[in-house]
Amino acid sequence: MTGWIDALIQGVLLGGLYALFAAGLSLMFGVMRLVNLAHGDLIVLAAFAILVIAGKLGLDPFVAVLVAIPILFVIGFALQYVLLNRTLGRDLLAPLLVTFGLSIIIQNGLLQLFSADSQRLRAGAIETASIPLGGGIAVGVVPLLTLVSAIAVIVFLNLIFYRTPIGRAFRATSDDLEVAQLMGIDINRVFATAMAVAFVVIAIAALFLGLRANFDPTIGPARLLYAFEAVIIGGLGSFWGTLAGGIVLGLAQTIGARIDPEWQILAGHLAFLVVLVIRPRGLFPRAQD
Amino acid sequence: MDDTAAGPSHSFRIKTAGRGSHAALAAVIVALLVLTLLPLFAGRTLIQDLIFLFYMLALAQCWNLLAGYAGLISVGQQAFVGLGGYLLFALTLIGGLNPLLAIPLAGVIAALFALPTALVVFRLRGAYFAIGTWVVAEVYRLTFAQIKPLGGGTGTSLTPAVTSSVPGIEWVKALLDVRTPAARDIVSYWIALALLVATLAAVYLILRSRRGLALGAIRDHEAAAASLGVDIYRVKLAVYVATAAMTGMIGALIYLQKARISPDAGFAVLDWTAYVIFIVVIGGIGTMEGPVIGAIIFYLMQRYLADFGAWYLILLGTLGILVMLFAPKGLWGLVAERYDVTLFPTRRRLIAEARPKS
Repeated sequence: MTGWIDALIQGVLLGGLYALFAAGLSLMFGVMRLVNLAHGDLIVLAAFAILVIAGKLGLDPFVAVLVAIPILFVIGFALQYVLLNRTLGRDLLAPLLVTFGLSIIIQNGLLQLFSADSQRLRAGAIETASIPLGGGIAVGVVPLLTLVSAIAVIVFLNLIFYRTPIGRAFRATSDDLEVAQLMGIDINRVFATAMAVAFVVIAIAALFLGLRANFDPTIGPARLLYAFEAVIIGGLGSFWGTLAGGIVLGLAQTIGARIDPEWQILAGHLAFLVVLVIRPRGLFPRAQD
Repeated sequence: MDDTAAGPSHSFRIKTAGRGSHAALAAVIVALLVLTLLPLFAGRTLIQDLIFLFYMLALAQCWNLLAGYAGLISVGQQAFVGLGGYLLFALTLIGGLNPLLAIPLAGVIAALFALPTALVVFRLRGAYFAIGTWVVAEVYRLTFAQIKPLGGGTGTSLTPAVTSSVPGIEWVKALLDVRTPAARDIVSYWIALALLVATLAAVYLILRSRRGLALGAIRDHEAAAASLGVDIYRVKLAVYVATAAMTGMIGALIYLQKARISPDAGFAVLDWTAYVIFIVVIGGIGTMEGPVIGAIIFYLMQRYLADFGAWYLILLGTLGILVMLFAPKGLWGLVAERYDVTLFPTRRRLIAEARPKS
């Protein structure tokens, strides 16, 4: 029994990590209808960026991420402004293939720079610290911090979307691109800003990816699939839905792993397919698209 | 033709063959003859290279039909390559079937798997469909990794008894005076060539049929096609299942040639989808000629640049992005636009001619 309760708690906490992966993707879907196949690789790229900054400047990863955020903000803005904006508005194929190409470039670029060795962000005692809940169950501080950060990121994104002028522009372009343009919105800048914000979320996701487990240049695509599954399970158009989707996915994986360790990933994918069959628009759908 | 509909001064007719089509037909026949007889005088390396070129081109034609015509952009076709490969292993090693019989059977079973798969992934549209197919391919990979009689996560090999039981090997050995491995390659080469020709013929006939007209309409404008009475869902489902069957057979052939399979290799997104997409996009999506050009370019790059490893893949990715941004119709698109040539006449054109006054 304790084992099962433990699996449920760990599942919810793992869901926090998946919600962090998914929040950036959800933002890109929502604002520019961009399905970014390089999303997972961008998270891994950000994790390597934090690793390098932490190593070169001798900083704690939690501080290094603060250095990485403005850099990634600018990279995200430039990527959207220079490259990805050119792919939007035509057909489906262009954004998909350009981000797929980007995924291959990032993976192999990282492989060339850092080799295929596993890396980890080192943060000292906090890595192994845990809080006992009694009854033989304990929660790790880092997993707990991951879930809290996911909630904070979603509150922060909702504040931007519903309380700021740029958020109004995000919602306007999302609702009706042409009318938004008629109202004088420069969509190239709006999209680039949205991508820049998404890159901040990617940096936070990367921090917890690197703290919780080993990472190497090849693990990006799997993170993309988890992020995508969380977004679809939750339902498009709602950040809280994305959090719920992440938690459903995390629970499915830990419950699957509890039955047989080899079934962890498979159980997550199957949960996604089951949701797709019985609730094709996700558990908490909002957007019409 | 109905005179009143055609109007008084013009007559209309539908033309398919364009400039170059008839010459191309003759060239195709000559090329086929040369390729069939090639093992009589070519070395083993060339034969092996051509097997690789043939199956990559066949895969590219399948993906092109799926993405270029039916608008089903899949990044999960590796599901059916791996499935076909594993089916070949299961049917020959466990079922005791002859490999030559196992290949078409693998195609049939792949189609049977594709049907329920389609019912799930078709719930996702457009770009979401793309990632959905990838998830499904991962489910296939992880499931086959659990099947212990087929080697589980580490995979398994074909026994020499199976690989040498392909009909014709003894005959080739006697006829060409070569050793068993070389004879195996030659027979695989002929199977690959036959499968490529069958794939090309199937794609061509589909495109020239009534259903192909519907497909072209979907490619050009989905909503308009639907409003003219094309049953989009059925056409897409049919294409998805048909390409799965073809992809499954190609997968079975690939792994008959490789004689060893593992979940990570059989369901590799890079080998069976990324490369294939690259071939179609570089050559020109939505045409039959494009993948042919793309496959030849890819083969040359693979042959001369693959040793550069990661840099080679970075180059492929960059090239794909550049073509997508600056020449979205691919190399064949540039050629066809400039010189108005068609090798595979799948396009129907309306020709208006001034009628002589009587």
